Amino acid sequence: MVGASLAGLSAARSLRQRGYDGRLVVIGDEPHRPYDRPPLSKEFLAGTLGEADLALERDDEDLRAEWVLGVRATGLDLTGRTIRLADGRGMRADGVVIATGAAARTLPGSEGLAGVHVLRTLDDARALREELTRGGRLVVIGGGFIGAEVASTAYALGLDVTVVEAAPTPLAGPLGETMGRIVSALHADHGVRLLCGVGVKGLSGEHRVDAVLLEDGRSVPADLVVVGVGARPCVEWLEGSGVTLDNGVKCGSDGRTNVAGVVAVGDCANWYDPRTKGHRRVEHWTGALERPDTAVATLLAYGATQPGAPRPPYFWSDQYGVKIQFVGHAVGADSVTVEEGAADDRSFLAVYRRAGSPVAVLGMNQPRLFTRWRKQLSAAAA
Amino acid sequence: MIPACRLVDLPRGEAHRLPVDPPVSVFHTDDGELFAIDDTCTHQDASLADGWLEGCEVECPLHASKFDLRTGAVDAPPAKLPVRTHEVVVEDGMVYVRLSTEAPNLPPCVAARLAGGPA
Repeated sequence: MVGASLAGLSAARSLRQRGYDGRLVVIGDEPHRPYDRPPLSKEFLAGTLGEADLALERDDEDLRAEWVLGVRATGLDLTGRTIRLADGRGMRADGVVIATGAAARTLPGSEGLAGVHVLRTLDDARALREELTRGGRLVVIGGGFIGAEVASTAYALGLDVTVVEAAPTPLAGPLGETMGRIVSALHADHGVRLLCGVGVKGLSGEHRVDAVLLEDGRSVPADLVVVGVGARPCVEWLEGSGVTLDNGVKCGSDGRTNVAGVVAVGDCANWYDPRTKGHRRVEHWTGALERPDTAVATLLAYGATQPGAPRPPYFWSDQYGVKIQFVGHAVGADSVTVEEGAADDRSFLAVYRRAGSPVAVLGMNQPRLFTRWRKQLSAAAA
Repeated sequence: MIPACRLVDLPRGEAHRLPVDPPVSVFHTDDGELFAIDDTCTHQDASLADGWLEGCEVECPLHASKFDLRTGAVDAPPAKLPVRTHEVVVEDGMVYVRLSTEAPNLPPCVAARLAGGPA
């Protein structure tokens, strides 16, 4: 198991549940046992959850795994079926689960400037939390989900917050233009400035950042900057190994790679989606939770399985006290209609359709109705 | 025993939430079995009655934690602690719940609120 976060842990659990009784080694580049990342931008950042609350393993759980933590995998030698580690060790393996995740993209030129953060790991969140408690002016670069959640948390902590988004509408990729506009209106509802359609030219400051410079010439004063401009799959260590890479590890619809005995799961894995007939790298928590079981079944059966279609991708976000939930694929929808509640009330359910058939559902503060739709959408897809 | 609802008013695949504190929900499975568990997910404040009922398992409507209705055990994270189970009795077409005397496993935010601290 290369990767010790949710996808790696889920794969380890699945191996044991499916009766694998042999040696199990979990390699992780972070020094921590598996922890839950979604609260890092919300409750953990706000200080209402502590580190112990983030642990993903149960107290009574024993996976009989050897944890090799704080050391990065640097290569995979397929002829010797060996994983090379940064400390020079090599690990022989009969089967390999690649679950190395993704890393936050950074802003070129921001290295070494104090007050500039990304948010991906526990260590990132600790550092950001420490600085947020001092208050001041925060500029969030990127109006995606991480950026919006950090903005929301910082607003609740009393900071003066500005969000800068290069696209004309934030969240237009995952939610489409119409709903992206509605969801990102939550910022204005709370007096958080949202600047759209303008790129970031750079940061100013000598040792510590003091402003974000925009491409239109404006300068936004900042005591603190969070860069939330997406993540890239951590697959450099596989370059030249023979495992096919294409926006992460290229996989079939059951997690298999082009190499027998090697599967990939989680944020680094670009699975084929039979529903959209294309590869799609899903970075959702629920994907890292559910898909490893399919991949492990594939691994244990030496590829001789016929997996069911995975559930449509589901994710959630909490911003300004509003629960946002989304399932399915907005790309390709030709209509989106509010079917319950009202967008202005920030409590509604919207259904995306393609040629009359539902393909995605968005809920704001509608968990009950949303879950019914999610169930329905999954049944239709199966 | 607390009266919950009439059995005819709780179709298979549905759940009924009792407004006790903390709330308890009765689930009627597709196979016709009745189970009562604490309604609040042990991970965060969410109503399991709003969740996804499949077989003898309910999935939290927010973060997809799964609980076994028969035992209250966690079948899928992020929840780590089980929910309490309660005895269900049906008499004369009426569903009753006999509440567990164990201490509930409430999520940190709800536990803090009940204790009078900040939510």
